[in-house]
Amino acid sequence: MTVLPFLTAGWIFLAGVYGMVTSRDIVHAVGCLAVAQSSTYVLLLTVGYRRGGIAPYFTDTPLRTRTVDPVVQALALTDVVVGATVTALLLALAIQIRKRHGTVDPDALTGLRG
Amino acid sequence: MVRTADLLPLAVAVPLLGAVVLVITGRRLPRPAIDALVTVWAALEVAGLVLLWLRTGDGHSVSWLGGWTPVHGESVGIVLVGDRIGIGLALLTSALVLAVVVYSWRYFDEPPVAHAGTFPALLLLFEAGMVGFALTGDLFDTFVFFELMGAVAYALTGYRIEDPRPVQGALVFGVVNSLGAYCSLLGIGLVYARTGELGFAQIGVQLTRHRPDALLSVAFVLIVTGLLVKAAVVPLHFWLPDAHSVAPTPVCMLLSGVMVEFGVYGVARVYWVVFSGPHGIAEPHLRATFVTAGVLTALVGAVMCWQQRHLKRLLAFSTIGHVGLFLAGVALLTPAGTAGVALYVAAHAGVKAALFATTGVLLDRFGSVDEHGLYRRGRELPFVGALFTVGGLALAGLPPFGTGLGKAVVEHSGQERLPWLPAVFVFVSALTGGAVLRAGVRIFAGAGPRPRERYAGPETTGGGEEPEIRDPRRRIPVPMLAVPAVLLAPALAVGLLPGPGVALAHAARQFTDRTAYTAAAFGHHVGPSAPVPDVGWNTEGVLLGLVSTVMAVLFAAVAVWGPVLRSPLVGPVTAVCEGVGRRVIVPLRRLHSGHLGDYVAWLAVGVAVLLVAMTV
Repeated sequence: MTVLPFLTAGWIFLAGVYGMVTSRDIVHAVGCLAVAQSSTYVLLLTVGYRRGGIAPYFTDTPLRTRTVDPVVQALALTDVVVGATVTALLLALAIQIRKRHGTVDPDALTGLRG
Repeated sequence: MVRTADLLPLAVAVPLLGAVVLVITGRRLPRPAIDALVTVWAALEVAGLVLLWLRTGDGHSVSWLGGWTPVHGESVGIVLVGDRIGIGLALLTSALVLAVVVYSWRYFDEPPVAHAGTFPALLLLFEAGMVGFALTGDLFDTFVFFELMGAVAYALTGYRIEDPRPVQGALVFGVVNSLGAYCSLLGIGLVYARTGELGFAQIGVQLTRHRPDALLSVAFVLIVTGLLVKAAVVPLHFWLPDAHSVAPTPVCMLLSGVMVEFGVYGVARVYWVVFSGPHGIAEPHLRATFVTAGVLTALVGAVMCWQQRHLKRLLAFSTIGHVGLFLAGVALLTPAGTAGVALYVAAHAGVKAALFATTGVLLDRFGSVDEHGLYRRGRELPFVGALFTVGGLALAGLPPFGTGLGKAVVEHSGQERLPWLPAVFVFVSALTGGAVLRAGVRIFAGAGPRPRERYAGPETTGGGEEPEIRDPRRRIPVPMLAVPAVLLAPALAVGLLPGPGVALAHAARQFTDRTAYTAAAFGHHVGPSAPVPDVGWNTEGVLLGLVSTVMAVLFAAVAVWGPVLRSPLVGPVTAVCEGVGRRVIVPLRRLHSGHLGDYVAWLAVGVAVLLVAMTV
């Protein structure tokens, strides 16, 4: 197994974090969170990958067929659901912030400090 | 008759089902019917967990969901494992949820008019997430329950979506916590890559067959990152004061009372069962790193707590201070330290929830949680003032409160190795308790001169808050006064009665025994081998508790009456304090900028430091 996909996952995660740190727009920041999260998909699928393996279902293939790991696919699917929920919720909050504060720039939100 | 093992999935399913029922019926039922329904439901959950606690005793309850038991030691199933600490924490959560449900009977009389079932349904979902987190024996499920309680907590924090502050606090809370959770998931992926297992016990067994290397340390650090974010460990703590100071009061009771402590529980559980094996994470390394992190967190929390005038924010920072102490106590890696923390957490939950509940009364009456703005205005509420003061004293560790007992047990277990540890515990308890007493004396007794209104530095005032109940002329609802009083009683009972202490001492011995847990997950019974730690009061513990209480009272007195004191000593002391304030405290306060990007950057820094500390 090559180390490249793992490095890719790390790179995507860091790209998301960098985007959040420098973000000037909350919607953009939530998008960057989704980018950071997509690194987990890459990592999970990499972990379960087997060279030459097919998709793990056995309707018309012999039981001994080499397949990729179905467990990580279930994990990635759960992860997608979690991510969709959180992103939707955060975007809803972003809309409310725009309504109540009149801005989506994190630099302009100074109500809570000290 | 229900089998004991079936009570485990039921404990998660009951609140989930309750949430569904409330969402469906919420539109049709009148408000009192909804309150009655949710109260019965919360009580049912408490009853189920009490039964589970009694039946499990000093053993483990194990349930393989759907009957997917391991075959020849290999498993693809998902397991729930209940031991005393896990079930106890779930029980504490459910009891607190019941208290919160009763407290909020008259809460949110108005919004949202269309659907009165939303808030209690969210509370039950939150409970399901926390109970599941306490009972799961599976690493991936830990992540799922973590995100379930997280997502519901974000929604609850921003529940009053028409207020500007809650939506901001909820967003910061959501982004930082979710990012932490994704770090955990990356770590879980790495562990799965190494072992091909997801159950705590199974991973632990597999890891003993590999040499420890950098991958293991990196996976450990990533997994605990999410948990440490939840536990608000410095420098991953910035979201907590922002979220807790703006969430509705009943939600604050849960967030501060138990949710934050789940982070510490998660770290301890993952370490003991998964990583404490012969080829796991080295013990001295871990102890040094996490005790340092805990002490740093405790000091930052206490110092920042003292600086606040926004009462909820003050209590939030006091939670950070105490969580730091919990982490340091657990990181001693001894059964006695764990037992002390368990006692401390149980008592702290009651005390902190009671303090938030009394703050909620102030918010209800005066539409403000600002210590300076409320000066003298609380004199018409002597009973509330008494509760607030007792809460402050309990927070400072006054014997015989359970907080004092927990503190004493941890101090005693830690001082052999780290003789300075009791000093940290006393200082942090005294400063956080003192801050509460200071606020109480000013608000409810009107003592001292009127505090300043303006401050040049970064500050969050508590004025101009939206009252959460919109009829200031009516009497204070009875539940809002009864609940804090009732919540203080168990905090006292934990310290006074020998029963909880003995049970938690056994629980801690079992919790810190990896073999017993692993054997139980595979269906065998192995008794824990270590001796049961001693958790009674001793002279030294009582003395240290009294010292911290006296210091708290002194701190409060100096803060309130210091400005009017006429003595030659005052001048130099004030000068020194101002110097420290300028050089240390103002920069520290400036770090709490409320800026999302800053908080994410601090999270990255925290992970980097932890990676260096654990791998080098």
